Amino acid sequence: MKLGILVNEGPFTHQASDTAYHFTKAALKKGHEIVRVFFYHDGVSNANKLADPPSDDRNLVALWSSLANEYGIELIVCVAAAMRRGINDDLLAKGFKISGLGQLVEAGILGDKLVTFGD
Amino acid sequence: MNDFEDDEFDGPIKKFMYVNRKPPYGTVYALEGLEVVLITAAFDQDVSMVFVDDGVFQIKKDQETSGINMKNFSPTYRALEGYEVEKVYAEKESLEARGMSRDDLVIPVEILSSTEIADLMDSQDVIVSF
Repeated sequence: MKLGILVNEGPFTHQASDTAYHFTKAALKKGHEIVRVFFYHDGVSNANKLADPPSDDRNLVALWSSLANEYGIELIVCVAAAMRRGINDDLLAKGFKISGLGQLVEAGILGDKLVTFGD
Repeated sequence: MNDFEDDEFDGPIKKFMYVNRKPPYGTVYALEGLEVVLITAAFDQDVSMVFVDDGVFQIKKDQETSGINMKNFSPTYRALEGYEVEKVYAEKESLEARGMSRDDLVIPVEILSSTEIADLMDSQDVIVSF
């Protein structure tokens, strides 16, 4: 199955991004295709490479990066939402790219399902 | 409104439904959600918009936001028609619970029961809720 993933919350306040990460990883392991992961609202903070949680906590930013590296999936951050929150190209962790909302719509069009993780 | 005319999307058309559940202020979901609706329409998709729960407050007339230093973005909902977003629904139960009727709304909507909205959801390809 082809899946689009929408992540609407930041990496640490809400569980949404954790759940999205585990879902995406499990789907890939089962052989499903991820059209792309799109980060919107506070979800854009998942791309902030300056995130530096305590060493005994999971680092979701790094986890997303390594997932993108392992499976070659697209991690797209909404440009308007990112600008509002001070996320720019200089702050992007590996594997993330900034682009427009059209990428979210396209994920809905190309995927068999668009799965949303948020509040 | 004509910004996207030269940029017509040539792919398949799907049925997208946006479910607005949250009040217009207090969180950013309503404001940023509206952006997605407009972009989806610019991709020539079959877009529906539903207002349920406190989401019906998003389209309440006469919003006065100066006291909270927020931009009143309710006029933007009037742009939906220009983007050919004509399938706009509000849930009857949500309006009634808040003492509202269609006269209180900034745009014309079709008022449906929760059962009718559930049927409509069944027929969609993509549902995103903000």
